This record gives sequence, structure tokens and C-alpha cells, in this order.
Amino acid sequence: MTLTKTRTRTVLLLLTLPLALACQAGEHEGSARIAWPRAYVQECAACHAAYPPQMLPAASWARLMGGLDRHFGTDASLDARDVQQLGRWLQDNADRRQAASTPPEDRVTRTARFERKHRQIEPATWRLPSVRSAANCMACHTGADKGQYSEHALRMPAGLSARQRAAWDD
Amino acid sequence: MTPKLPLACLLILAALAPTAQAQATTPAQLQKTYEAAAAAPAQAERGRVFFTSRHGGEWSCASCHGERPTGVGRHAVTAKSIDPLAPAFNPRAFTDERRVEKWFRRNCKDVAQRECTPGEKADVLAWLQSLR
Repeated sequence: MTLTKTRTRTVLLLLTLPLALACQAGEHEGSARIAWPRAYVQECAACHAAYPPQMLPAASWARLMGGLDRHFGTDASLDARDVQQLGRWLQDNADRRQAASTPPEDRVTRTARFERKHRQIEPATWRLPSVRSAANCMACHTGADKGQYSEHALRMPAGLSARQRAAWDD
Repeated sequence: MTPKLPLACLLILAALAPTAQAQATTPAQLQKTYEAAAAAPAQAERGRVFFTSRHGGEWSCASCHGERPTGVGRHAVTAKSIDPLAPAFNPRAFTDERRVEKWFRRNCKDVAQRECTPGEKADVLAWLQSLR
């Protein structure tokens, strides 16, 4: 490949990147645009907010669905039919950005996006009795059970100090 | 904003739709089935002890469901709320056999590192039904 061609390609990529990122952000922050299978909500949301499939790349979902009997310390096993059906749906709707790398332990809460979005949250806030776990999305994201993570649907978790409450909107 | 509404309605409707594979039952019926499999009558007190004890692991059933599961429990890891287990406080509890079996299988492995015996399930059910 010639240098010019490579350069043109790079420029094109850079031009389309903001658009691609904007679409991605819309998928995360708006309502869940795709309908969630009933079994997905029933099974996954019994223990934690049912994460929108776009929050993880396909490889992570494949590993998670292949090891549900050892799911972050608990047995979350499903029957084979549900594993197959939900696994396929997760693959079809996973994070499709080419650069999406699999987060450590395939945790949504360790993705680059999650960490960037929550970088200003103090460690003490995560440990509040009203929060306790980064997987407890509903502590702040009131629409998490519907896949909505918009900043408009945020609430302050109980137990923040006056200083933290004052800094909330920053 | 408006496009969200129909979707929300759809999701709610979907959640309310009866499950195709649901196997309707009652807590009392389930207890009988487990007692028959164990070939012994259930004992509520034994069920209470099983429910509130750790079985060599980190958790008891009560770690998430509460010592007296007549109110809303809280998942020990994710902090998600869990509906009351005692049938007198939750009419949906123990009414779908497939669901009951699934949760016994998963949670017994988490708590006791093995599946529960029919006798243990009968005991726990007898105790839960005694809670008023």
C-alpha cells in the first residue's frame, strides 16, 4: 500500500470517527432502542441491572455466556435453550466498534467507557451503603432497569456529604 | 421523548405476559412434592436453621433474603432488591416450579456448594410458609 493511500484512509477514518462515536454514545445514553428479550430481563435483571448489550464487545459476552455457572462468584446458570437464545441476541447487539477491546474480567464496570464516565466519582461514594457496588446502577441511574443511562435521569445516592452534593453537577 | 413511551409500554406488557414455560403450582403443593421425594415429612424449624446458617461458605440464604424473609431482601454483592420469599408476603413466591427449581439449584450451589436435597427444600418451604 502506498503512503498516499494510507494517508487518505487515515483522514477518512478520522473524519468518520466523531460520527461513529456520537452514534455509539446515543445507543448508550438514550433509551434502549432495541427491544430486550423477556428472558434477558427476567434472568439477568434478577440480580443486577440488565446491561444494554452495547456495553460489552461480542467476545466478552461470549465468554460470560459460556461460564454462567461461575458468574463473578455466583452460579447464574440457565438452561441450554436460554443460553443459546440470549447468547445469540447479545452477539448480534454487542459493542461493534472495531477498537472495542475486552475489559478485564469482561466486566462492564471495567470498560474504558465506564471508567471515563465515572472518573470523578470518589472511592468513598462507591462504598456508601446506598451504592455498595459499581454494578448497582440503579443507585444513581434511575432508568437503568430500562437501559436508560441519560444524565437527565440521575439521582444523588443517599449518604453523600454536603461537599459532594454541592459538587454533584460538576 | 415520545418514542420512549411506546417502547416502555411494550417492555411492561412483555414483563406482564405469562411465561410460556411457567409450570403453575403453589407453595403447599411444592412442599408435598419434595416431601414425597424425600419420603419424610418437612420440619419448619430445621428449615429455619438451614436458611440462616452458613454451610462452610461465605453466605447463608439469609445473606441476601434476610434473616426473616418477610420483607424485601438485598443481593449481598450487587445490592439489588429481592422480593420477599415468604408466600404470605409475596403471592408470586413459589408459584412457578421451573423458576423455583432454577433458583434452588443456583443458590444452593452458592451457599452450600452443592444442590439441596428434596428434604432440605421441603423444610425451607415449610418454614417460609409458617411466617406470618
